[in-house]
Amino acid sequence: MQVPAPVDYERALSLDHAIELLERYGPDAKIIAGGHSLLPMMKLRLLQPEVLIDLNNVTDLGYIKVESNEMRIGALTRHSELLESPIVSEHFPIISEAERVIADPVVRNRGTVGGSLCQADPSEDLAAVFSALKASVVLRGSKGTRVVPVREFHSGPYSTVIDPGEILTEIRVSLSSPCGSAYKKVERRVGDWAIAAVGVVLRVSNSRADDVGIGLTAVGAEHYCAYEAEEFLVGKELSEETINECARIAAENCNPSADQRGPVDYKRHLVEVLTFRALGKAVARCKGGSQ
Amino acid sequence: MTAVSDTETTIGFGRVLRKEDVRFLRGKGNYVDDIKLPGMLHGAVLRSPYAHAKIVSINTAAAEAHPKVRAVVTGKLLETLNLAWIPSLSHDVIAVLATDKVRYQGQEVAFVVADDRYAARDALELIEVEYEVLPAVIDAKTALDPSSALIRDDIEGKSDNHIFDWDCGDQEETDQVFDQAEVVVKQEMLYPRVHPAPMETCGAVADMDPISGKLTIWSTTQAPHAHRTLYALVAGLPEHKLRVVSPDIGGGFGNKVGIYPGYVLAVVGSILTKRPVKWMEDRSENLMSTSFARDYHMSGEIAATKDGKILGLRVHVLADHGAFNNTAQPTKFPAGFFHIFSGSYDLRSAYCQVTGVYTNKAPGGVAYACSFRVTEAVYLVERMVDCLAQELKMDPAELRMRNLLKPEQFPYLSPTGWEYDSGDYPRALRLAMDIAGYETLRQEQAEKRAKGELMGIGVSFFTETVGAGPKKHMDILGLGMADGCDVRVHPTGKAVVRLSVQTQGQGHETTFAQIVSEVTGIPIADIEVVHGDTDSTPFGLGTYGSRSTPVSGAACAIASQRVRDKARIIAAAMLECSPEDLEWESGRWFVKGDPSSGKTIQEIALAAHGPLELPDGVEGHLDGQCVYDPPNLTYPFGAYICVVDIDKDTGKVNVRRFIAVDDCGPRINPMIVEGQVHGGLADGVGMALMEAIAFDEEGNCLGGSFMDYLLPTSLECPSWETGQTVTPSPHHPLGLKGVGESATVGSPPAVVNAIIDALSVYGVRHADMPFTPAQVWRTIVGSPMRTDMAFK
Repeated sequence: MQVPAPVDYERALSLDHAIELLERYGPDAKIIAGGHSLLPMMKLRLLQPEVLIDLNNVTDLGYIKVESNEMRIGALTRHSELLESPIVSEHFPIISEAERVIADPVVRNRGTVGGSLCQADPSEDLAAVFSALKASVVLRGSKGTRVVPVREFHSGPYSTVIDPGEILTEIRVSLSSPCGSAYKKVERRVGDWAIAAVGVVLRVSNSRADDVGIGLTAVGAEHYCAYEAEEFLVGKELSEETINECARIAAENCNPSADQRGPVDYKRHLVEVLTFRALGKAVARCKGGSQ
Repeated sequence: MTAVSDTETTIGFGRVLRKEDVRFLRGKGNYVDDIKLPGMLHGAVLRSPYAHAKIVSINTAAAEAHPKVRAVVTGKLLETLNLAWIPSLSHDVIAVLATDKVRYQGQEVAFVVADDRYAARDALELIEVEYEVLPAVIDAKTALDPSSALIRDDIEGKSDNHIFDWDCGDQEETDQVFDQAEVVVKQEMLYPRVHPAPMETCGAVADMDPISGKLTIWSTTQAPHAHRTLYALVAGLPEHKLRVVSPDIGGGFGNKVGIYPGYVLAVVGSILTKRPVKWMEDRSENLMSTSFARDYHMSGEIAATKDGKILGLRVHVLADHGAFNNTAQPTKFPAGFFHIFSGSYDLRSAYCQVTGVYTNKAPGGVAYACSFRVTEAVYLVERMVDCLAQELKMDPAELRMRNLLKPEQFPYLSPTGWEYDSGDYPRALRLAMDIAGYETLRQEQAEKRAKGELMGIGVSFFTETVGAGPKKHMDILGLGMADGCDVRVHPTGKAVVRLSVQTQGQGHETTFAQIVSEVTGIPIADIEVVHGDTDSTPFGLGTYGSRSTPVSGAACAIASQRVRDKARIIAAAMLECSPEDLEWESGRWFVKGDPSSGKTIQEIALAAHGPLELPDGVEGHLDGQCVYDPPNLTYPFGAYICVVDIDKDTGKVNVRRFIAVDDCGPRINPMIVEGQVHGGLADGVGMALMEAIAFDEEGNCLGGSFMDYLLPTSLECPSWETGQTVTPSPHHPLGLKGVGESATVGSPPAVVNAIIDALSVYGVRHADMPFTPAQVWRTIVGSPMRTDMAFK
């Protein structure tokens, strides 16, 4: 058994209490929610926080609701709740498809949406999904609340723009934009991190794409985004040819690194294949008239 | 032939729920980490971050000052106890704690004993070690280059990384066969380094009683008796004051055959502190430092006629043994039983040559359902046969059928000296093909190919050689590979059987009770199996290489037979007749021609302990003992067929079907045999698709956690389709052959053959395991990778 270094523990009783504890302990404190990334890192002693602030009792942070034409997801919402949500499956197949292949049921029962985004793992599926969805996150600290687009939230591998005294409380996704979405992932084995994955969100009018979101997982894309590919596709007719070219551009502009999941050329190739497939699926969903 | 019972039973062979599961399913197993003794301390090992580095200095002052630390052990301290180095299982030495330099990443450098596990781990960070990093030897193929760093400068006069050269077979004759052959196909292949990864990692609790001088070691060992003797020989401890207990073991797969530095350190810790000391490694320690398997770079050649008659096999192996030669195999055979590589085929001549080398990797080399390297041998020959089929444009099943040994050729003396005991190979292959619907599958494949889809069908046929082994040929460090068994029937007719072998999940508490029951007629439920404790069991070499049933099972059958024979004498005294007048039916001796006049084994047991007057020279009680020295090995075999579908754009392999026909002789408990086969097939899928321990250029282990070293889950496994034929072993008292490793040996080539079959449309003849999506895609585009190295 791997054992972590000594650590103190505080249980937050409310969001305000959690923020107060964060202020009190400063940067040596870590928020723990699902703990499925944090605890393994602590056991490996890659992280040695001095105190853990447990958010699990702040249950009013766990919700999925519709408000102001947005879907709002509380940070403490578990992956399994996202997967089972009828609101999600009705509007955002990209989220359901991603959740189905995130880790395993044990992790999904415990791991939280907010934790996944804050961990900023380059292989995090939800980061690419919410990036494709052009979602926003709500950050709250003692000085107030700010809303940050997901595409500005992540500042690099394992780093975000969140301040030490802030907590991510909510994710907001506009309900007006998409007509079709999809998520495609290839992994070495079920439950493994993605070798590469691609999420696509489309809005189509007059058979042309007028809004495109493409998120890339585990291939070193800035903000998990395929900007050049998105830009290419906007305004284009959604033919096999344009989809192909879009996929090629996404592959060309990502920045994968080699590891035992695969060499660079393969990962790049996979981005092309998966972008093509995800776009095809999303287009089909748009045509089908339903999500 | 013993009748094969495939029905539920309460006596003898047949389907019966595992006795041990009653406690396992309730979470009441008793594993090493469950052992808690009064005053027990906890140990933790500091390991090397480098693959090859000189140790300049070690400063333990801060660790020793930690308030909860009771002892800090370094190599220097061990030198004073003459324990810094201990003998390996292969006539080498291994370092318990590094003294001069570290030779692989994860090697043991220091040991801390503290009040609890957390404090011991905390204190590791207080030890300062200054290293001087040396160039690492990672690629076995360059290990013998004069420019490669010298790893084993501790061995006097050593100037290179060479361990051994070993060969087998008639080289001259084989060369002649190849010179005259119409067709010769050559193929290089790697069986990558994989890890057994048992669910329970390795560990020990050592308790030295300072008053009595008795040392008790609870440890994760597959061979408690062999361990006791080795501790006695190495540490000079008196063997009668040593007790090794192997409690419940959470999987072994060969990983728990050897003695690890951690076990020795727990003992040293207990001696130093005069308190019990527990050491339990974590998952990464297990994956990075304990016995791996395989790591064979093989260069094979197969010779045949144009019409597909296989004539000969020739192979050169470069064997990567890591930093110390610590493989566990019989002394005479440094490459284990690899020389069974001529497989299941009737060929004229075969020759192999094996070179063992040191590298800066963890030592070991035989674990993981190894059958002493039969796994590598079967992979080689089954890949070579497929390469030949491709060259000859012949169906691989047909090519095999044409060359399989025929039933009338048994007992068969192989070109490398094995005497195969019994078999009907064509029957097994035909059955597998029938279950698979082989011809229909080939039609489907042709249709799929026409549509541009990738589907592959892989066939493998294996012959195992297990049940090591005859004492005159086989020993480990001078200990003969025989096993003892002791059966005692209590006065009320219940029995206890004491075994020298130890279960790690194979279900011995059930199957050995069934063996006693089969022979004596005592109900299975009335028989207790005692094993794993050297104080209460007879000597023997333990459980690995599928040897429990062929060796210890034979001992158990003979000891039970002796009970039955003695029961006959006692029954005769009870019935006042001659033993020759009695006839046996299950659980009862009766008078020939008068079935109503007889005595049950339970009545006989009570009489044996009572005042009954016995013939001269016959002692009372009802016991039987046996030490079994097997006359030969046993040769289970099987025919496997795998069907895969491959996504040609992503490289993802889906194992759609797997058909396994096994012949392990009569099945003691078909349910347990099926479980063993299912597990081994999953192993095979894992090795073929995802398992490998690779290293980067600096010698960093790239498979040191379950995030990096992948094991298959049920979602990667199809619903296994199993079948059986039954060919008893002529020399085992019950005809049993053993099955523990059959599926692990036979399945990897079936999966790989299926994948290559699918990819053959691209002109592919071979690429190395594991076939992760990346490797499949790289194979399709014509640049398969070396899977033992970091991908670039």
